[in-house]
Amino acid sequence: MGRVVVEVMPKPEILDPQGKAVVGALPRLGFTQFSGVRQGKRFELEVDGEVTPEILEQARRAAEEVLSNPIIEDVVAVTDASADAAVPQRAGLA
Amino acid sequence: MGALNSARIGVVTFPGTLDDRDAARAIRLAGGEPVALWHADADLQGVEAVVLPGGFSYGDYLRAGAISRFAPATASVIDAARGGMPVLGICNGFQVLTEAHLLPGSMIKNDHLHFVCREQTLVVTNANTAWTNEFATGQKITIPLKNQDGQFVADDDTLDRLEGEGRVAFRYDGWNPNGSRRDIAGITNEKGNVVGLMPHPEHAVEPGFGPAAADGPRAGTDGLPFFRSVLASLVGA
Repeated sequence: MGRVVVEVMPKPEILDPQGKAVVGALPRLGFTQFSGVRQGKRFELEVDGEVTPEILEQARRAAEEVLSNPIIEDVVAVTDASADAAVPQRAGLA
Repeated sequence: MGALNSARIGVVTFPGTLDDRDAARAIRLAGGEPVALWHADADLQGVEAVVLPGGFSYGDYLRAGAISRFAPATASVIDAARGGMPVLGICNGFQVLTEAHLLPGSMIKNDHLHFVCREQTLVVTNANTAWTNEFATGQKITIPLKNQDGQFVADDDTLDRLEGEGRVAFRYDGWNPNGSRRDIAGITNEKGNVVGLMPHPEHAVEPGFGPAAADGPRAGTDGLPFFRSVLASLVGA
């Protein structure tokens, strides 16, 4: 079974209210080293067979058209994560 | 033929929609005939205008309005809106309109992270749309506001263009309840047939059940002109 991981982050210029709340909470729990937090999303897309270049391309399109909203979010990675132990193959997405 | 009374206005119900009944009631009180539309049905049943009501369609999963944007009924609404049919998106309906790219920008979580529910004063900044022509530009109105993801955001170029083209339809007055850029509460498309706003006009249409007003507590009916406006625009069309 193949797996593609899509990672989406709020755009840098968009204030991330959730990240702001998390960075405010960390010092209260003793984690004082972190000056900023941004919270994004990770999607794991499963396919029955191998992750072919075509499937990776479909995943990229799904990431751009559905899984993210380009007005507020960036797709930061679309990765073939079929073999967990292997180094994930990064698909270059700006 | 009593065009005002015969105008059929659709209200789309998605899984998780909350305010479809109130929207239908508002249409009836304004003099129109509400028509219930179901998200899974692409048939708009010949309605002359559509309201996308508030709520939490699909539990706001993925992003608010994101999954509803792909419903069969939404696809029909998008086509009809591009053809000039009046469409009003309220709260979650506004989020659906931005996800569908019928209106620019997007909504993110309120800057203070809390759900907000209050009687909100707005300034009508464009009284020439299909949904605002019964107002006067500059008029202040008070209608309920209730949301979690109500912070309107867009890049500065888009905001400049919206302001330059007079497409900001409503601004928050007195207090910006969610951090929306430039106090924007609602916007319209170029043609003025598509309008989206976060506050809820359908909850301020009947004395005794609306926000506080000069006439007394719960007397406010500032939401009614939204629905009268669309009936007037349909008669004039």
